[in-house]
Amino acid sequence: MQEAIAFTPQIDASGITQWLWLIPALPILASGIISVLKQPRRKLASNLAIGSLGISLLIAITAFAHVLSGWSHGYAVREVVNFSWIQVGTQPVELGWVLDPLSAVMLVMVTFVGLLIFIYSTGYMEQDENYTRFFCFLALFAGAMLGVVIANSILLLFMCWELVGLTSYLLIGFWYQRPSAAAAARKAFITTRVGDIFFLLGIVWLFAQTGTLLFYDHGAGSLEQLALGGLLIHHSHWGLTAAGAIGLLIFAGAAGKSGQLPLHVWLPDAMEGPTPVSALIHAATMVAAGVYLVARVYPLMSAGAIAHGEAPGTTPALMVITWVGASTAVFAALIAIAQNDIKRILAYSTVSQLGYMMAGLGVGGVAVGMFHLITHAFFKALLFMGAGSVIHGAHEEQDVRRMGGLRKYMPWTFYTYAAGMLALCGFPLVFSGFWSKDAIIEAASHWRTARTPYFMLLFGALLTAFYMTRQVSYVFFGEYRGHGHAHESPRVMTAPLAILALFAVLLGALGTPAWPWFKNFLEDHPAAFAWKFEPGFGGLLLTSSVIVGLGLGLGWWLYGNRSPRAEEPDALQKAVPPLWNVLANRLYVDELYGATVIAFYYWWAKVADWIDRDIWGDMVATIALLFKGWAQLNRFLDAKMVDGAFDKGCEEIYNGGGILARVQNGRGQIYLRLLAVAVVILAAILIWSGRQ
Amino acid sequence: MGFVFYLISAFAVGGALAAVLLKNLVHAALALTIAFFGLALLFLRLDAQFAGFAQILVYVGAVAILVVFAILLTRGSEIPKEGVFSKGWIAGLAISAAVFAVLAWAVLQAAPWLPNEAATPALTVNDIGNALMSRYVLPLEIIAVLLTAALLGAVIVAMHEKEKTNQ
Amino acid sequence: MIVTPLAAYLIVAALIFAIGLAGALVRRNAILVLIGIELMLNAANLNLIAFWRYGPHPELLTGMMFAIFSIAVAAAEAAVGLGLVISIYRHAKTTDLELMNRMKG
Repeated sequence: MQEAIAFTPQIDASGITQWLWLIPALPILASGIISVLKQPRRKLASNLAIGSLGISLLIAITAFAHVLSGWSHGYAVREVVNFSWIQVGTQPVELGWVLDPLSAVMLVMVTFVGLLIFIYSTGYMEQDENYTRFFCFLALFAGAMLGVVIANSILLLFMCWELVGLTSYLLIGFWYQRPSAAAAARKAFITTRVGDIFFLLGIVWLFAQTGTLLFYDHGAGSLEQLALGGLLIHHSHWGLTAAGAIGLLIFAGAAGKSGQLPLHVWLPDAMEGPTPVSALIHAATMVAAGVYLVARVYPLMSAGAIAHGEAPGTTPALMVITWVGASTAVFAALIAIAQNDIKRILAYSTVSQLGYMMAGLGVGGVAVGMFHLITHAFFKALLFMGAGSVIHGAHEEQDVRRMGGLRKYMPWTFYTYAAGMLALCGFPLVFSGFWSKDAIIEAASHWRTARTPYFMLLFGALLTAFYMTRQVSYVFFGEYRGHGHAHESPRVMTAPLAILALFAVLLGALGTPAWPWFKNFLEDHPAAFAWKFEPGFGGLLLTSSVIVGLGLGLGWWLYGNRSPRAEEPDALQKAVPPLWNVLANRLYVDELYGATVIAFYYWWAKVADWIDRDIWGDMVATIALLFKGWAQLNRFLDAKMVDGAFDKGCEEIYNGGGILARVQNGRGQIYLRLLAVAVVILAAILIWSGRQ
Repeated sequence: MGFVFYLISAFAVGGALAAVLLKNLVHAALALTIAFFGLALLFLRLDAQFAGFAQILVYVGAVAILVVFAILLTRGSEIPKEGVFSKGWIAGLAISAAVFAVLAWAVLQAAPWLPNEAATPALTVNDIGNALMSRYVLPLEIIAVLLTAALLGAVIVAMHEKEKTNQ
Repeated sequence: MIVTPLAAYLIVAALIFAIGLAGALVRRNAILVLIGIELMLNAANLNLIAFWRYGPHPELLTGMMFAIFSIAVAAAEAAVGLGLVISIYRHAKTTDLELMNRMKG
């Protein structure tokens, strides 16, 4: 066990950390500019998006290099820039970003994979008329995801989290004229929202308990010693400490976004979106956000164990995470066997692999889970983009039973797809997936609490190999059963595939036990070549290799070079019909939800409508009637009485004036007479007053 | 008050009455002349010889003639059909009576306090001339201007207008 | 009721004044209105002279002068007034005051 090196105190404002905010800001800015562009300006839109993400990539690489150099010189880098956003009463609302190994690695992955997918999209969405809108949403999503990655304030993280959810809704429902797409987008949003409610509760609790929104803040942050100590003292229900309870709430949010067991239902339906969206969001980034979140708040989750000097994986929060992750892994893999849509198989595969990641976090810590996340991002994106290429080449056909023999027509796609598939299955030694999945299985085997997750994960690996072989046989081997002529995709689509395939292989080198570079990097141990061979390790390698071989063999035996037509039943279906039906119906989870939650929801909506329409509506109508009557009365009073009186008065004055005007008759003698009368009167007055 | 006073007064008042009441305008103008004469005699009785003769010269000699000329120029000698008195003449009469009543009452009320110098002022025309040229020279000049203006004004007012062609 | 000489003259003047006023108010013809006005002016002159004769300081000639100027002014006024009447007669073809009500308001 190597010593953890002391942290340098968190220095704000080193050169690159000051500029870290540009990484999410540039894509968001590009998105804003694209949103006001007219539709025909396609090239400009995609260039803006790609350019902004490219610059973000460069900055991310610089930041990564900075962290790397610090690490190689023996000190850990964790730099923060915090600022106060607004003041609510006496409480400032603080936001900030952090640069440490975890965020640096994630930044590079997201920007790199994102950039490749952007470039791929220019080819894939060529024919689509909403090209500009697509890139606007894509850029916004990238910016939001990067915001989640660098956030140092849990509030900022939540804001970007919600923005990620929004943009995924927009992108899943991109072809909104299709009712299925619109429904899928709604489903995604609502399901993740359920998780987000718990997340928000966790945020509020954390803030109330620790008094700060920031993760790292020179010792005063919520993930630092002082706050964690305070959290451990408080106890809540079921014997959990506050730390554990908050951890579970936050995990609930992560479970929604990462499609863990009860909230996984949105992910397969999200395949309604365009394939680049599936690649970006549902392979590499958004679903990984949940895993990243757990990794980010890992000190919180593992606080109880570390304080008591035990191994990290034994806190209640992490136990729950492990069980949920393992269950999801097996569950989704089972369903994937019986699916016929090329993307849906990959979607369930993603759910399964996310389960692996969560389980890895639970049993083995941040490095184990994150390593699988990084490798999975690359080969899953590769697989999705390969699937997109296949769909494109087979003229928008998505049913695997109508494809086949495509390795002759689409060689580049086939080779890269095969590389990704083998990485996913965990083919021994060469491919990165082997090392990352193995790390998880190894950590599970050492888990003190229970051995069952270990077996579940092994079983899951078997299933993974099985269904991937099934898929590849259906698509690339046998005869072509589709319509039209299949053709290879253009260079702009196959080049990213090749680059990703390369990484699918090379990344494995980062995590081999011989050189546990990744693990040391993330956990701030010094870099070292350590031919660390623990006793059971060789046996474990062997076991997983055998499992993978078994799965591949079984798949090939059942599906091999045969090409069943779409109408014929599947080979497995012929073998075990009841099992097949259950699996094909996705273990009836959606139906369960439909019967319970959704039915309740519809009933409630009806009740609310009745209350609103009949009760409130009638009240409003009555009040309106009252007012109308009152207004009529007022009008009567005003018109008849006030106006009438006034008019009458004016009439009288008018008539009086008419009478008085008769004096002015134009006859001078009359005027004279009046004069004389006046004189008489005046004289009389004067004389009368003068006589004493 | 002597008998002469009453005689002259009757003369004047009678002439005035006739001037106002007669239907024929020319007769009325002539009656006016008689009234003027009576007044001139009253002036003489009051030892205002200059005023008396001025009255005769101006009023009788000019104004009365003027009135006659005007009557003749405006066909006033014809008697109008509706009569010579305006509508509501009773009101006018009543008002005049009221005026007279007030004035008489005022005079009679104040009679004990009125001054009553019996001595005749010994004044000659020479004195009047001197006064005109010294003390009253300004009013004199103004009167001259006024008369000139009146002359010009009367001529202009009564002149025949040039025939204007209609546009 | 004592009637001093001055009072007698004043009453005569008042009488002539009232008669002149009656003429101005009652007669229809415009020229007769002017005649009435002349009578009124004369009555005022009589008043002035009477007061001059019986008042203090007759040697100042105030009353006499006043009356003389009054005569002059009255003459001028009669001339202009009668010129006006003639002008109106030319325009309206009548001197009947009852018919001249163009200023009727």
